[in-house]
Amino acid sequence: MRLGIKVATALGATALLGGAATVYTLDAMAGNPEHARPDVTIAVDRSAEVGLTEPGRLLFRSTAPGPDHGKVASVPLADPAGPRRISSLSCDRFYAEAGTGLCLATAPGLMPSAVALRVDERLRETERVDVAGIPSRAKLSAGGRMATWTTFVTGDSYTQGSGFSTRTAILDRGEQAYLSNIEGIPLTVEGKPYQAEDVNVWGAGFTADGKRFYATVSTAGRTHLLEGDYDAWTARTLLENAECPSLSPDGTRLAFKKRVSGDAARPWREYVLDLATLRETPLAETRSVDDQVVWLDSQTIAYELPRDGGSDIWAAPADGSGAPRLLVEWGSSPSIT
Amino acid sequence: MYIASARETGLEAQPRRGGRRVAGNVFALGAVSLVTDVSSEMVTAVLPLYLVLQLGFSPLQFGILDGLYSGVTAFVRIIGGTLADRWQRRKLMAGLGYGISAVAKLGLLGATGSATSMGLVLAADRTGKGLRTAPRDALISLSSDPGTLGRAFGVHRAMDTVGAFLGPLAAFLLLWAVTGGYRAVFFVSFCVATLGVVLLVLFVRDHRQPAPPRRSVSLRSAFGLLRDKGFRRICGWAAVFGLATVGDAFVYLLLQDRLAIEPAWFAVLPLGTAGVYLLLAVPMGRVADRIGRWRVFVAGHLALLAAYVLLLGAADGLWLVVAGLAAHGLFYACTDGVLMAAAGPLLPAGLRTSGMAVLQTGQALAKLASSVLFGAAWTVWGMRTALVLAVAALAVVVVAALIARPLRAERGVA
Repeated sequence: MRLGIKVATALGATALLGGAATVYTLDAMAGNPEHARPDVTIAVDRSAEVGLTEPGRLLFRSTAPGPDHGKVASVPLADPAGPRRISSLSCDRFYAEAGTGLCLATAPGLMPSAVALRVDERLRETERVDVAGIPSRAKLSAGGRMATWTTFVTGDSYTQGSGFSTRTAILDRGEQAYLSNIEGIPLTVEGKPYQAEDVNVWGAGFTADGKRFYATVSTAGRTHLLEGDYDAWTARTLLENAECPSLSPDGTRLAFKKRVSGDAARPWREYVLDLATLRETPLAETRSVDDQVVWLDSQTIAYELPRDGGSDIWAAPADGSGAPRLLVEWGSSPSIT
Repeated sequence: MYIASARETGLEAQPRRGGRRVAGNVFALGAVSLVTDVSSEMVTAVLPLYLVLQLGFSPLQFGILDGLYSGVTAFVRIIGGTLADRWQRRKLMAGLGYGISAVAKLGLLGATGSATSMGLVLAADRTGKGLRTAPRDALISLSSDPGTLGRAFGVHRAMDTVGAFLGPLAAFLLLWAVTGGYRAVFFVSFCVATLGVVLLVLFVRDHRQPAPPRRSVSLRSAFGLLRDKGFRRICGWAAVFGLATVGDAFVYLLLQDRLAIEPAWFAVLPLGTAGVYLLLAVPMGRVADRIGRWRVFVAGHLALLAAYVLLLGAADGLWLVVAGLAAHGLFYACTDGVLMAAAGPLLPAGLRTSGMAVLQTGQALAKLASSVLFGAAWTVWGMRTALVLAVAALAVVVVAALIARPLRAERGVA
């Protein structure tokens, strides 16, 4: 083949492949939820703003297709299927507590990074922390003093060049303290002092007094439920195979997800642990829950389950009885005022 | 000095094409590597996120898949190298490797959900990488004047590194533009990889000797190359150096640990090394051609030793990052292509691919072993002690290499 023909062939192939790549990408971009046609079955109440002080409302992140995708929204707890108010605050994970909110959002840019925002009762930013990684979990303590969040970070797993790990941060508004990664906390695993480089911590949540926190710790291929003492800065494991704990309003029980199956498509089941007896109760929800759940009251938990193109918020009794019910269509990250 | 090494393998009879120029075939192979690296680094950048966040794999499952990755290549490489030599079809074997990896990118789109299908796709991708590396390096070596091999490999590696720069950039741009756009990343990566294959088919010339007598090229003859003193030495020393080399991931972790680097910047550290490598690959290749490749190879490890000492506490702050990454990049510029350039003339043309595969596999296995050992030492004794051990090991090997002066013949003018 003459060089001219070769060059022409190469240019033709480049145009063809470039065209295919462009068409595929544009098509995928059209599928972005915020570009999608709004779901008309979702009633929106534009007459009022989302606030964090009005009691009896369920706050969440709207996942409905359309321009409001990802925005913080609210519905009356008494009528969660009713018209939703929608704010202009966009988050990947949101949590509200005592008139204050925590918003964990992806920051636009070439490297996966995120931003954690503390917001006031009208969702105005009061504090901003730049965070590495992909947003995963965000939680505030009862009263709103302690904020914690988790992101996934790639590249700093020490065994493999392309590994991934988690980072969990604590922002203490009372002490004005910020810990960007708590995995260095002195740790006791199954009663023995423990040190390893592969320790990862995720899904933390504080007690109302801000003195203790619960989280997941993983090391050597196993996960444990971790109980941390914030003032003494030590932590110990309570139980194996328990992730993303969520403390009940009375502080006596923890809801958590437990890996029950090797099936990557549906590995988890939600349990409740009695902290006094360490007795575990499986909940009526048999679908795989990959969420850090919230307690709506001392008898009910709420969590998100994926659906095509977004997610829904479901609720289930916390004692293992009954059946799960759909709470809010097209929503994630529930919390209540 | 190349005259001495060329004499050993009877290569001095080869005409010096174009004197000091780098062969067009090397640029063609460089362009193929550049494009292919864009494609593969796109996937590498987003794959952990995809597996863990999108498919819900546990970190443990991910670790197993990742381990599968590196294991597969080592052995495929030698088999592929031997077949390329036996059939005298290096371009075909390289093309097969590039092709398999391209199709595997498409496989990523299909393999959703089960760990098994994902494992198979990743294994295919790595098989492709294993198949193509040795024939590609053999083609570079066979297409080049023995006296300017260092520069030829430098040009190739510099072009390759440009691809490694652009890949993650392209991937994160796509992820930014397309919500949950992992599939878009995979599809675009497939298109780019296919372009690489097209460029190979169109512009890379094969380098074929008359096919050898039946069965004269086999795994046995590949390992039989080790009977040659010069080649055995180079393999042995490459493996010993590999054993004393701490994996890249550790270097970046150590840097981060020392400096408490903002996590957002962590992903940028490898780009620092790559940038220095990119700038110095050609100059160091030329220096190697002039003063001896082995000298430059050893000097590269001195640079690595300097980087370790810096990490150990010889520097701090910005100075540590800049000097550390510069030394790390210099290490790559002095060793990666230079080792292949040093080995090329020691290998008979008909067995060039097999020999390079043996050398690369030996070095890769040694580095794998050192990573496992260093990881264990880090876990048991802590970071500092592990690093002190690594410094000591590398220092011993460098001093031994300086005393033993392997490949003395290559030093010629020294």
